[in-house]
Amino acid sequence: MMTAITTAIIFIGCTAGMYYFYKMAPARAALGGFALALAFALPHLWFTKETDGFLPLFTIVLCAVYALFALGLNIVVGFAGLLDLGYVAFFLVGAYVGAWFMSDFAVNVAKSTRDINIHILDAASAKIPGVHLSFWIVIIIAGIVAAIAGVIIGAPTLRLKSDYLALVTLGFGEILPEMFRNSDDVPPGHLNITNGTKGIGPVDRVGMGFLDYIPGIPKTIVSSDYRTKYYVILVFCGLFVWVSVKLRDGRLGRAWMAIREDELAASLMGVPLMRTKLWSYAVGAVAGGVGGAFYATIVGTVNVDGFTFAFSIIVLCAVILGGMGNVWGAILGAVVITWFNYTGLTYIGGKINGALSTDFNFINLQFGLFGLVLVLMMLFRPDGFIPAARSKQVKKAEQEVLASQEVDA
Amino acid sequence: MTELLLDAREVRVQFGGLTAVNDVDFNIPLGSIVALIGPNGAGKTTFFNVLTGLYTPTQGFVDFDGRSVLGVPPHTIAARGMARTFQNIRLFGAMTASENVMVAMHPHLKSGVTSTILRLPKQRHEERDARQTAKELLEFVGIGGTDEEFAKNLPYGDQRRLEVARALALRPKLLLLDEPTAGMNPQESAAFTAFVHRVRDERGITILLIEHDMKVVMGTAERITVLEYGAKIAEGTPAEIRADHRVIEAYLGKSATEGAA
Repeated sequence: MMTAITTAIIFIGCTAGMYYFYKMAPARAALGGFALALAFALPHLWFTKETDGFLPLFTIVLCAVYALFALGLNIVVGFAGLLDLGYVAFFLVGAYVGAWFMSDFAVNVAKSTRDINIHILDAASAKIPGVHLSFWIVIIIAGIVAAIAGVIIGAPTLRLKSDYLALVTLGFGEILPEMFRNSDDVPPGHLNITNGTKGIGPVDRVGMGFLDYIPGIPKTIVSSDYRTKYYVILVFCGLFVWVSVKLRDGRLGRAWMAIREDELAASLMGVPLMRTKLWSYAVGAVAGGVGGAFYATIVGTVNVDGFTFAFSIIVLCAVILGGMGNVWGAILGAVVITWFNYTGLTYIGGKINGALSTDFNFINLQFGLFGLVLVLMMLFRPDGFIPAARSKQVKKAEQEVLASQEVDA
Repeated sequence: MTELLLDAREVRVQFGGLTAVNDVDFNIPLGSIVALIGPNGAGKTTFFNVLTGLYTPTQGFVDFDGRSVLGVPPHTIAARGMARTFQNIRLFGAMTASENVMVAMHPHLKSGVTSTILRLPKQRHEERDARQTAKELLEFVGIGGTDEEFAKNLPYGDQRRLEVARALALRPKLLLLDEPTAGMNPQESAAFTAFVHRVRDERGITILLIEHDMKVVMGTAERITVLEYGAKIAEGTPAEIRADHRVIEAYLGKSATEGAA
């Protein structure tokens, strides 16, 4: 009941707000309000019961995490037009930052670190040794470290163009996991930095202790279940939507798009290429880092086997599927792909097997189906689910021009 | 002696065995309109690319506004006040006319990432002013009201004008126009000649143009430099150039002058 009321309030409030303050068309404002209300109500809807396999809570949380990744990659690929096939590197960096600062792993690094016991505003028991910072501090650190990683990876690679850039980023996406896999015995003094293939865990949960200080918040929200985690990541998605949209419409966003359209002309119009590209890498990496640290807390362990080339491709697919350069498209694409990956395929496959009483393994077909869907998309909707506003308008105007030329002829 | 805005000495550009620009001395007095002409492949655009920082010459010196531009990245040269248009139009197609112009204001705008994300009042004012300036520039070049049109949807002539508006947004001291009247009809070319004078007189911008249309060149330029096979073969006022037998040879072939003589 509470949820239904809150959902209604969000729908009405957001629709009215967008209509009055942002002067949106009523239909668009209602659509925006509906999307936000749906995002809020999603983990409370009927099909989230654990017994029903259509949309488990865990998948909803992952959808939101992947939406954040897609938003980040959209800045690099969609706005600045730099094909990055190594986005997994930032995901990995963020996840390891989460693991390092929110677990007891620090005691395993070397003999001298055995007694480390640091707790700062954390959600873990004080008896557990290691480094335990508050999730909210870690998320900031993860964002910063990922941004730095973005600049370090970008500085040498961004001098390359198009296909070459794609190849080198792909290389970095492969090198970094290998480095982490082998960093359990680093030369000066046999340091164990990443615990190799064994991975790091358990990672602390997201602390919501600060909510205790806000009066009127029901204690049920404080509990650290998937719903709370979902809302936390939703807030980060919202923040990143804001960042994306504001940057896109500002000086830096124009420079990104100019580089995407014509790099040489952009540089001759006073746009510093390297610095502008590095910014897109850094901002995109922040989303990857934050998402990575968050992922570490929901999964509980960070293992290097989880950081594969497939991840980069999945996020890239989400961006392309949704509509390159479109913020909402990136989110939609990420949600669709993540659901399909984690639940949809087994769910639909199960239904088909049940109906035909067969025993076919649909999971093995995952990437085949993926490819098929992408090919179909490219054939029938090459600009994605929600094409970027500008490409839509350009297309429309082009058709008008063509039509007028036909009339002239 | 008038002050020189641009001073290039003994500039040579070699691509492997090919000498595209061969020991060219060239200067532009402040506030003048200068033309660079020559047959196809004479090295005119290569010379432009040296000035704007795209190529580093094999040897020689290029000083712009009292400072060398050699080894300086293109965006820094642009920010110092050298703007150009392109022979084959290079607009940002999927951006609006207004955005195209605003891209070139990049070096003059100050707002960074933080102020953009936080929507600080300073940043919003700056954006509003930039949009206003873009509007005025579009009106100045004669395509007012196309602000929200996408560049690639504009008619050809308007695209040429938009390129000039974009170049002017850099607040240049020197404006390089690479075959600005290519594809224009005689009326449009004549209007363009008047426009070039307006840019110089109203905005005080020195202009260098590469041009094939002799009518435009003779009507616009105060001084003309002629290149052939990368070397400078003549330099002077339009009247001098018109009478120069080497120029006539370069354009019409040797027999033309012999026949005339």
